Amino acid sequence: MPENTAPDGATSIGAPHIEFRDVVKRFGDNTVLNDLNFTVAKGERVTLIGPSGSGKTTILRLVMTLEELTGGYIHVGGAPLQYEDQGGKRVRVSDKTRRRTTTQIGMVFQHFNLFPNMTVLENITEAPIHVMGLSKAEAISKAEGLLEKVGMSDKRDFNPSQLSGGQQQRVAIARALAMDPEILLLDEVTSALDPELVGEVLAVLKDIAAETDISMLIVTHEMQFARDVSDRVMMFDQGSIVEEGSPEKIFSDPGHQRTRDFLHAVL
Amino acid sequence: MNESWWSWDHAAAVLPMLLEGFFKYTLVATVLGTLIAVVLGLIVAMTRRVAPGFISTPVTWVVEFIRMTPLVVQLVFANLVLSPYIDSTLAIGIWVLGIHYTTYMAEVYRAGIDSVPKGQWEAATALSLPLLRTWRAVVIPQAIRSTLPALGNYAISMFKETPFLVVIYIPEMVRVAQTYGGDTFRYTESITLAGLIFLVASYPTSVLIRRLEKRLA
Amino acid sequence: MDGVIGFFEQLGPNIEILGARMPQILEGVQVTVLAAAFGGLLALVISFVFGIAQTVKLGAVRIIARIFVEFFRGTSLVVQLFWLAFVLPQLPYPFGWQLAPLAIGVLALGLNYGAYGAEVVRGSIGSVPKGQYEALSALSLSPVRGMFRVIIPQAWALMIPSLSNLWIQLLKGSAIVSTVLLYDLYFRVEQVRDQTGTWFAFLFALVAYYLVAWVIVIIMNALEVRAKHKIGRGPALSDSLGTLLRPPGGKNVARGAMV
Repeated sequence: MPENTAPDGATSIGAPHIEFRDVVKRFGDNTVLNDLNFTVAKGERVTLIGPSGSGKTTILRLVMTLEELTGGYIHVGGAPLQYEDQGGKRVRVSDKTRRRTTTQIGMVFQHFNLFPNMTVLENITEAPIHVMGLSKAEAISKAEGLLEKVGMSDKRDFNPSQLSGGQQQRVAIARALAMDPEILLLDEVTSALDPELVGEVLAVLKDIAAETDISMLIVTHEMQFARDVSDRVMMFDQGSIVEEGSPEKIFSDPGHQRTRDFLHAVL
Repeated sequence: MNESWWSWDHAAAVLPMLLEGFFKYTLVATVLGTLIAVVLGLIVAMTRRVAPGFISTPVTWVVEFIRMTPLVVQLVFANLVLSPYIDSTLAIGIWVLGIHYTTYMAEVYRAGIDSVPKGQWEAATALSLPLLRTWRAVVIPQAIRSTLPALGNYAISMFKETPFLVVIYIPEMVRVAQTYGGDTFRYTESITLAGLIFLVASYPTSVLIRRLEKRLA
Repeated sequence: MDGVIGFFEQLGPNIEILGARMPQILEGVQVTVLAAAFGGLLALVISFVFGIAQTVKLGAVRIIARIFVEFFRGTSLVVQLFWLAFVLPQLPYPFGWQLAPLAIGVLALGLNYGAYGAEVVRGSIGSVPKGQYEALSALSLSPVRGMFRVIIPQAWALMIPSLSNLWIQLLKGSAIVSTVLLYDLYFRVEQVRDQTGTWFAFLFALVAYYLVAWVIVIIMNALEVRAKHKIGRGPALSDSLGTLLRPPGGKNVARGAMV
């Protein structure tokens, strides 16, 4: 069994790293998230599970500011992310301030979203040079370190299109890590991969989880992976949390019928 | 003090003439030219699809040649060659416009025909439908739908290219404007108004076609 | 005396006449190529400026760009040409410019086809997959940097076929510039006509335009292969010289979006 560093209740240590307060998200008439409240502690790894359409991915996209909040607030590191409460008035946070906050947040996408017009190395050094202000040499040596970590050193001058899906995803992970994120969002990172390529990506992520203390918000259908890396698992259905707890608790002894049904269906 | 740069008197004088040129020539040329392109384009597209190579290959060459060479030169050429036999310059102009745009429409139909799934042809074969029936009842009705926005776009662009007819002296709107300017030494009103009439006529139409495009997409 | 038969009977003498007139005809070719090249360049600049302007966040910029594009698309090339040639000189100070014929031709061609090109650029930028924009956000890259470093290189590969068609349209449209006293290829050939007969002169002119159009096709095909290779789609230019001779048209002509 993998070690479990944070049992239930670990969230009380320190201020929340991510805080959802009364979050509402609608797409037109379709309410995806309804009055959602939860927190993620610094260094905590939280996995969101649940049937598709339950709003898990939307949560990640809200944190990355890829979607606009309909109602409520999200705080990251204590700072308002999209909107702030100014004496009861809900005020939009400026794009500049948003970007300053999101610089601490990295995201890995289901479809990798590597830049096809850049080499592997350029994909990784682009943001460190032009957002963090690293020199080219610094950015390259950093990128090389990360490429080694994800086992892609020999592909540094390749084009993304020359790589397999699993390799592309490992590069995308390195690209996200190159920004030294304090929060990493993993959005179904293995869902677009052929089954035989899933393992290499998950192995890389497990290493990173073990070696760093980056807070992670994970959406995945790989239940074994969720069990291995998570401190906490949240079961979602129809935009709200059905139940949450340690992976042991959720996977071995779910308290809710809907969780049991879901796990029964996917396992 | 020189006269003001815009004269409403001149504008009022030239407007009826412009509108006459617009309705009698510009619009007529556009409508008839489009009609020719719509019919001939389909024939060309079908020929290229069903005819044997020794017919379809030269057809393809000729179509491509016409499409890649200037309408203006084609207009003057056709007018010089045909005017001994055909009295109406307008008719010559309309046919050249129509044939020039046939080369675009043929591509439009070709794409439309290609977009009909192979299974439809196979189903028609399985039912032993004769070839003509297959085209008429199965392929063309499905192909035509996706061609509508492109057809609209080409109708508009033909409309905006009708002033090329000035080179064979057809008194469409822009020729009228130019003549008026030459006669009075005042071009400002006539040419500006001609441009505005084009804008007023083409903009709403292209908005409609963009909507159609979105709906059919 | 004219006609197809005359064309063949007179072929030898006509070629001689053509040879004697070659200096003037080459001048005409030069004018046409200049008009198409500079007009094309201006159109390209306008396409990018007004295409990108339509994608920025600031509403005022978008609206101004939109009006510009609709105006120059909607008012017809010939009207714009005549306006620059006949109306502009009659306007009061500080206008009243009598531009050189080549400048008039280049401006009218550039503005008109540039407005169409702006639509191509806008559409191509919109066709870059959404994931690319999201990755830019996730890496906190600035919108400007993202646009020029990531989005446009990919959009460029998408827009080349349409721009290629537009450039050929511009070349074809350039034959109208003789109406504002620019002595282009068409004008020179028209001059030869008296001596050679209509068939010979005009077939020569059409073939000459056709060849210039093919130069454009080859240039644009090469650019497309290169751009696609750069975003990892397709082979390097040196490995695919055959595609340079691929005829234009196809999908873009079929959409009716090029004119």
